[in-house]
Amino acid sequence: MNVKTPSKLEKIMVAGHIAVTSEVGPPRGSDPEAIIAKANLIKDHVDAINVTDNQTSVTRMCSLAACIRLKLMGLEPVLQMVTRDRNRIALQSDILGAASFDIHNMLCLSGDHQSFGDCAEGQNVHDLDSMQLLQTLRRMRDDGKFLGGADINRPPRIFAGAAANPFADPFEIRVPRLAKKIAAGAEFIQTQCIYNLDKFEEWMHLARERGLTEKVYIMAGMTPMKSVGMARYMKNRVPGMDVPDDVVKRMGDTPKEKQPEEGIKICIEAIQRLKAVEGVKGFHIMAIEWEEKVSEIVEAAGLYPRPDVE
Amino acid sequence: MIVADKKPIEEIIDIVKDFSKLLVLGCNECVTVCEAGGKKEVGILASTLRMYFLNQGREAKVDEITLERQCDHEYLEEIRDVIDQYDAVVSLACGVGVQFMAEKYQATPVYPGVNTCFLGATEQRGLWTERCQACGQCILAYTGGICPVSRCAKRLLNGPCGGSTNGKCEISKDVDCAWQLIIDRLKSLGRLDDYEKIFAIKDWSTDRAGGPRKVVREDVQI
Repeated sequence: MNVKTPSKLEKIMVAGHIAVTSEVGPPRGSDPEAIIAKANLIKDHVDAINVTDNQTSVTRMCSLAACIRLKLMGLEPVLQMVTRDRNRIALQSDILGAASFDIHNMLCLSGDHQSFGDCAEGQNVHDLDSMQLLQTLRRMRDDGKFLGGADINRPPRIFAGAAANPFADPFEIRVPRLAKKIAAGAEFIQTQCIYNLDKFEEWMHLARERGLTEKVYIMAGMTPMKSVGMARYMKNRVPGMDVPDDVVKRMGDTPKEKQPEEGIKICIEAIQRLKAVEGVKGFHIMAIEWEEKVSEIVEAAGLYPRPDVE
Repeated sequence: MIVADKKPIEEIIDIVKDFSKLLVLGCNECVTVCEAGGKKEVGILASTLRMYFLNQGREAKVDEITLERQCDHEYLEEIRDVIDQYDAVVSLACGVGVQFMAEKYQATPVYPGVNTCFLGATEQRGLWTERCQACGQCILAYTGGICPVSRCAKRLLNGPCGGSTNGKCEISKDVDCAWQLIIDRLKSLGRLDDYEKIFAIKDWSTDRAGGPRKVVREDVQI
């Protein structure tokens, strides 16, 4: 695969390095320090930083503004954009806004349902879905055209990403769905948090059999668990999450004060195992409100120092 | 059919409490089938209102009429001779009937006695579920006869999302994942390969986005 955008993330993966991304969730307020402080904790250990878009449908500082903040710090943001809150006018407009600040990565998502958040009584938009957002982005970038057909002056140069959940149901369409996202324009994939390594490896095997790992960069999603409570919550309460019983048991068998350490250990072991899986081109470490642990994980997993491709 | 549900009696009483000559007007179509606004429900609501006025020590007349339909001029005309006898009408028709009533009888206030909910089917007595959002451009041919616009909480045309678990939607374990149903159905039809066809960006101008809609059929106009 050749480099198609100025994205540092793309360059790293095209050069054959294992990429590392992490994420920051924007604050429930307007203080930029919240973004800056989180970004400073992880910036030397990752290649790019995702900025979530009103995650779990809770109203926060907008993803684009937070991405611009990262850009002003000289960092490489990955703009997450959900189709829940904006129609095709706003989505295209925000893509141009991002491009105007030379934001070069975007993750196209549908977003959690609004009933999970703080505006459960609000409307959702879903004028487009995540696949159609990918198509829109690629059309804007590759053809230099708006959806309406007009030419774009200075088209966006954005590396197009999508999410994949190997664990959601039904499993039999999880690889066809990946193929569909690639056909829609996805160039990199960040997966749902992986705890069931066997199932993930099966999904990767099926993706390889179809030649999909030659067409897209797959980044394995990792979230360290802080406690057995979190493990149970993720297992039982988070839709589409697969936490095997032995992982919950391992956390539960660990004394409470040692559980955070054990969660980090599980995460590091998983990265080490998945590094060897053919087709895994990177790791996306989502240390939710635990950004200070990213450096430790990256170093212990043998992913530090980060390559210099600039 | 159009599925409606009863409004809380407190809400209706609050709206009509100052009137003394009321007509409770039912409809013999959809709202009768979903047991929210037919002759039976008209009787129950009228009796409840009479009881309310009696308890308040108020003299009030509450009459009951159920029309064949409230969304047709022909049937609404049937009350033209009596409408002036009333201070207000509580219509138990869907929102269409309430509005048609209001348009026809300008001088009489009309209040809704039901909440109009959706286009749906009777799964069993007492259980009605949504099947259609009248988007104006039917796609059921491509989705195995199951509508993601009305049955997916995110109306995804290329679902399912990552929240689909054990056949259920992320919003509730009581809601089927429409895309699981679509995939199951495509499989039974031997058409699972169709799943990988990307559904193009939809023209929503025939949906509510395009403004109030109308169907004009000159071939049937008189």
